[in-house]
Amino acid sequence: MSSEWPLWEIFIRGQHGLNHRHVGSLHAPDAEMAIRNARDVYTRRNEGVSIWVVRSNDITASSPSEKGPLYDPSNSKVYRHPTFYDIPDEIGHM
Amino acid sequence: MYAQLVKSEGSKSRDEMTPEEIAFQDRIDRNEKIEPKEWMPEGYRKTLIRQIGQHAHSEIVGQLPEGNWITRAPTLERKAILLAKVQDEAGHGLYLYCAAETLGVSRDELLEKLHSGNMKYSSIFNYPTLTWADMGAVGWLVDGAAIMNQVPLQRTSYGPYSRAMIRICKEESFHQRQGYDIMMKMCAGTPEQKAMAQDALNRFWYPALMMFGPSDKDSVHSAQSMAWKIKMNTNDELRQKFVDQTVPQAEYLGLTVPDPDLKWNEDKGGYDFSEPDWSEFFAVIAGNGPCNAERLGARVKAWEDGAWFREGLMAHAAKAEDRARAARHAAE
Amino acid sequence: MPSLPDMTTPNLTALAGQALADSGHVAVPAPDAGQPEFVEFLQRMGDNCLILGHRVSEWCGHAPALEEDIALANQALDLIGQCQLWLGLAADIEGKGRDADALAYLRDAGAFRNLLLVELPNGDFGVTLMRQFLFDAFHIEMLRALKASSDPRVAEIAAKAEKEVAYHLERSADLVIRLGDGTDESRARMQAALTKLWSYTGEMFLDDAVDQAMSDARIAPLPSSLQAAWEKTVAAVLDEATLAAPTGAWQHKGGKKGIHTEHLGYILAEMQFLQRAYPGAKW
Repeated sequence: MSSEWPLWEIFIRGQHGLNHRHVGSLHAPDAEMAIRNARDVYTRRNEGVSIWVVRSNDITASSPSEKGPLYDPSNSKVYRHPTFYDIPDEIGHM
Repeated sequence: MYAQLVKSEGSKSRDEMTPEEIAFQDRIDRNEKIEPKEWMPEGYRKTLIRQIGQHAHSEIVGQLPEGNWITRAPTLERKAILLAKVQDEAGHGLYLYCAAETLGVSRDELLEKLHSGNMKYSSIFNYPTLTWADMGAVGWLVDGAAIMNQVPLQRTSYGPYSRAMIRICKEESFHQRQGYDIMMKMCAGTPEQKAMAQDALNRFWYPALMMFGPSDKDSVHSAQSMAWKIKMNTNDELRQKFVDQTVPQAEYLGLTVPDPDLKWNEDKGGYDFSEPDWSEFFAVIAGNGPCNAERLGARVKAWEDGAWFREGLMAHAAKAEDRARAARHAAE
Repeated sequence: MPSLPDMTTPNLTALAGQALADSGHVAVPAPDAGQPEFVEFLQRMGDNCLILGHRVSEWCGHAPALEEDIALANQALDLIGQCQLWLGLAADIEGKGRDADALAYLRDAGAFRNLLLVELPNGDFGVTLMRQFLFDAFHIEMLRALKASSDPRVAEIAAKAEKEVAYHLERSADLVIRLGDGTDESRARMQAALTKLWSYTGEMFLDDAVDQAMSDARIAPLPSSLQAAWEKTVAAVLDEATLAAPTGAWQHKGGKKGIHTEHLGYILAEMQFLQRAYPGAKW
C-alpha cells in the first residue's frame, strides 16, 4: 500500500463570502483530516468559515478557468500584517 | 532566486516549431494563462516542474535556518512572530508542491528527488544563522531578494503557479518588514547589538546577491524560460534592482554594505557593485556550503522518522473505510 | 551585635488592624487580595503554556508532513499567546514592575511552576502527540472551570483560550485514536508513549495550599475536582485507540512547587540565552 496521502481540493466560504471558493489543495489520509488540515493551512484557524473538501481524483473538469485565490490571513495574529511593523517613511515601500 | 539554476529545455525558433507549439506560444504572448491538462510542450512542463519544485524545496529547507532561532527568540512577541513566519514558509512550500502536482508529478516524488540530491534548493539556505541579528538580515535581505523575484512571477503563464505566487506574495508581505524591524532595534540598541547587525549584513550580503543566479552572460537557460513567461526578468536586472533598493535601507540603519567598490552611477541611475564570488556559489550548489549536510540531513531525518506516522494514518483511513462499507452492507 | 527593634516607629500594620477592628467595619479584601497564591496560580497556568509551546515549536521544520508542521505551529502560537496573557496578569497582580517577558526570561528553573509532563522531551512524534492529548484533556477542563472564575480577568482569558484548546484536544484525541488503531508499528509507538507518560499525569490533579486558597476565593477549581472528567475523556479515547493505560504506575510530582526534571534547565538555558547574555538590551 502506498503511504502517500491523497490530494484534496479545498473550498472555503468565509464569514462574508457567498459561495464556497476553491482556495488550493493539500494532502490528507481521509476527508475528516483534510478538513482539519484545511483549517490549519488555509484559514490559519479563522472561525466562522465553512470548508468543503473533495478528492482531487473525483473532480471532472472542463477547460479550467478560475480567478486566483485571495484569502485573508487570520485576523487574530496581527503580526501577520505588514502594517504591524513601523517602517520609517524614508525607507520607502517594503 | 529560490530557483537559481533551472535547466531549461532547448529553445526553438518559430520556423522549427510545430503548429501546436506556435499556437501555444501565441497564447502565452497574449498573456493567456495555461491551465493543467491543457496541451503544453513537454519542455514547458519539465522546466516548470524543475522550477516550481526547486522553489518548493527552498521554502521547506528555508524553514531550518530561521527555525534554528525560534527556541532562542529574545521576547515572547519575537518568538511568536518568528514562528508565524517559519510556519508561512511551510505553507508556501505546500502551495508550490500542489502547483507542481498539477503537472503530473507527486509531492512524494519531488521530495524523493530532494532527499537524493537530484533536485536543488536555493544556495542561501546553506549558510548558517549564527546570531539573533541573522533573523533580521534573513528577513530583510533574503526575503527582500525573494520578493523581488516573486512579485513578477504572479504574472507567470502557468495558472496554478501564478495563483500560488499571488497567495505567497500576499502572506509574505510582513516577512521582510519584520526582518527590517529587528535590524532597526539592533542598530538602535547597545554597541554589541549594532556590531551583531553589521556582522549579519557582512555575512549575508553576497549570499543574498547570489540568490538571483549567475550573471546573464553565463546564464544559458534564460531565453526559453522568458519566452514561456516562467521567468519574468533576467538575473542581472533583478540583482541591480535589489542593490538599488537595499543600499539606502542599509544607510538608514547606519550599516556599511561590505563592498568597497559600491558607488552610485549617475549615468545608469543605479549603483555599481562588486559581483559575488561565483566560485563560492557553484561550490555551495555542488554541496560544499557550510550547512548543506545539516540542512539536507534534517529534511531526510524528518521524512524518515515520520514514515510510521504517515503510514499509520493511511492504515487507519483504510480500516475506517472498510468498516463503513461493511456497516452499509449490513444495513442493506 | 543583633539589631535592636526600632523603638520609635509604630508597627503600622498592627495599628491599622486595630483601627479597623475599632471602626466596626467588616474587612473588605483589596481587589488583588491573596496575592502570592494568585500570582503562583497564574504562573502555573502561564508556565504550562510557555514550556509546552516551547516543546511544540521545536518541531517546526521537522514534522512528518507539511500539513502537520503547519498545524503544530498554530498550536505553539496559541500556547505562546495564552502564556503572554497568563504571565501578563501574574505580573500585574504581583505589582513589582515586571512583565510577562521578565517572568518568562528572567526566572530560574526553581521559580517555574509548570507540570513535569510538559517539559519532557519531544521523543518521537507519538510521545509528542500523546503528551499533547493527556495535557489537552486536562487543560480544557481547567479552562472550562475558569470561565466561571470570580475574577473577571481570569474568566476572560479562559474563555479565549478555551476555544483554542478545544481544537487542540479535538486534534490530539483524533490522532491518538488513528495512530493507536493504525499499523502495528504506530500502535506500538503510541502504547509506549502512553506507558512512558502516564507517570506524569497524576501531578495534574494534586491539590496544595495554593489551590485551596484559589478555590476558597472562587478564582479557580481544585485540580482534584477535574480528575473525573479527565479520566472519562481519556478512557474513551484510549478505548477507541485500542490502547491501555498502565495501572498502579508510580506518579511523579514536583513541577508545581518548582522541583523539576533535569530537562527544564536545558529548555531555559536555550530560551533565556539572549536575555541573560545581554542584560537590559531591547530586542
